Amino acid sequence: MALTKADLAERLFEELGLNKREAKELVEMFFEEVRLALESGHQVKLSGFGNFDLRDKNQRPGRNPKTGEEIPITARRVVTFRPGQKLKSRVEAYAGSEQ
Amino acid sequence: MELAVKSLLEQMSQSLATGQRIEIRGFGSFSLHYRPPRVGRNPKTGEAVALSSKYVPHFKPGKEMRERVNESRATTPIKSADNGN
Repeated sequence: MALTKADLAERLFEELGLNKREAKELVEMFFEEVRLALESGHQVKLSGFGNFDLRDKNQRPGRNPKTGEEIPITARRVVTFRPGQKLKSRVEAYAGSEQ
Repeated sequence: MELAVKSLLEQMSQSLATGQRIEIRGFGSFSLHYRPPRVGRNPKTGEAVALSSKYVPHFKPGKEMRERVNESRATTPIKSADNGN
């Protein structure tokens, strides 16, 4: 079971005493804020978690893996996530096999 | 507000630290990728060091995120200058 916006809001409700509607809105706002920043060309740094970076990719040759047909992959802008040191070391320690 | 953001980031970190994926529709999903054990080298001494297997966080942008960011390309330059791109 994956962590969802509903789970995040529930915890804000429990921990911070926000009402459920406020908690839901806050979660929504948080992710929207990150998207807006990226959309306006800004890198987003979340201390202790990681950075969301932007990269412009040039057009490159690609292939339809089913048919083998050559089709160009158009130029595009993509978001990449670089986990911070703190998150990396917390995750590294995870020994389980469940995903 | 600050406390709320802190709580969100802590919840997300904790989730990944216990092997639980995160799925935020329209934003993206975070999961763990397995890295097999390997023999690394100390770049200073050249000495071989055994590195055990580990997990690394991975982010896959969601559809809305991909589309909005890509659409901004035509009109908006990338402003961050310090990420080595």
